[in-house]
Amino acid sequence: MTYVRYIDKTREYYRSQGYDKPYKWAHFEEAPFTSVTKPLAKSRIALVSTGEVEVRDIELSEDENQMGNVGGVYSIPSSTPEDRLFSASHSYDKHATTLEDINAFFPAARLHEAVESGRIAGLTERFIGVYNAYSQRRTMERDAPEVLRRLREDGADIAVMVPV
Amino acid sequence: MSLVSRYLEENGVPTVVMAAARDIVEHCGVARMLHVDFPLGSPCGEPFRVDQQREALELAFQLLETADNPRTTVQAPFKWSEGEEWKDLVFTAARPWKSGEDEQDWLRKKELYKSLKAEGKV
Repeated sequence: MTYVRYIDKTREYYRSQGYDKPYKWAHFEEAPFTSVTKPLAKSRIALVSTGEVEVRDIELSEDENQMGNVGGVYSIPSSTPEDRLFSASHSYDKHATTLEDINAFFPAARLHEAVESGRIAGLTERFIGVYNAYSQRRTMERDAPEVLRRLREDGADIAVMVPV
Repeated sequence: MSLVSRYLEENGVPTVVMAAARDIVEHCGVARMLHVDFPLGSPCGEPFRVDQQREALELAFQLLETADNPRTTVQAPFKWSEGEEWKDLVFTAARPWKSGEDEQDWLRKKELYKSLKAEGKV
């Protein structure tokens, strides 16, 4: 069976729910590309997620308006033990899967293993969380530059990016 | 996520996106995508299947090593262990995307967004 066409499915679904103005997904003809020049074994990797991942008992928000729909960027120490990471996101198929295993959508433990085995050189000190925003302008003008700033500060060579 | 990936690529940081919603990522256009054809929420392998998650990350690494053009998509050779029924059921009345508390939370955030927008804060 082929993969799900979410753009069509969500359009139909929201129409059936009484919303007549469909969400306009971002679309571009061209896509930018940066070549990988260093071997992975010498590269430091950053993990960037929109999975609303949080650390138990720690308030991560640095901006009171950060949350789903509004946008915002935050950091999680990459050394956080995996049993302290969780997500309270509702943006997943709760009928078919679960967010109980963080590594199925935020592969922190798998990345640490890759460091131990020497497949990659290391991880950035911070993993980055980005809240989804209705406003694509907000993502482009505020959140994306903030992610880049943090990646540069942390010496990231490559970003592994995971939507939930 | 795709927009952030594009911004990073434009500014010299190579990226790989591990995603379930292939059409949304391709509609936007990113440099490299590992497509894991699983329900939304499990783009890096099935929950509690450590070996598969390891393989997914390895495929993402290989994609970084081999892709030399933008819009390179590789599909992971995985099958969802409970079959493919979820594909027909997602976003249907039988399996509403949001209901109960989730729906209330979504509506609350939507209202907050509207009010912040009205105040010029977003």
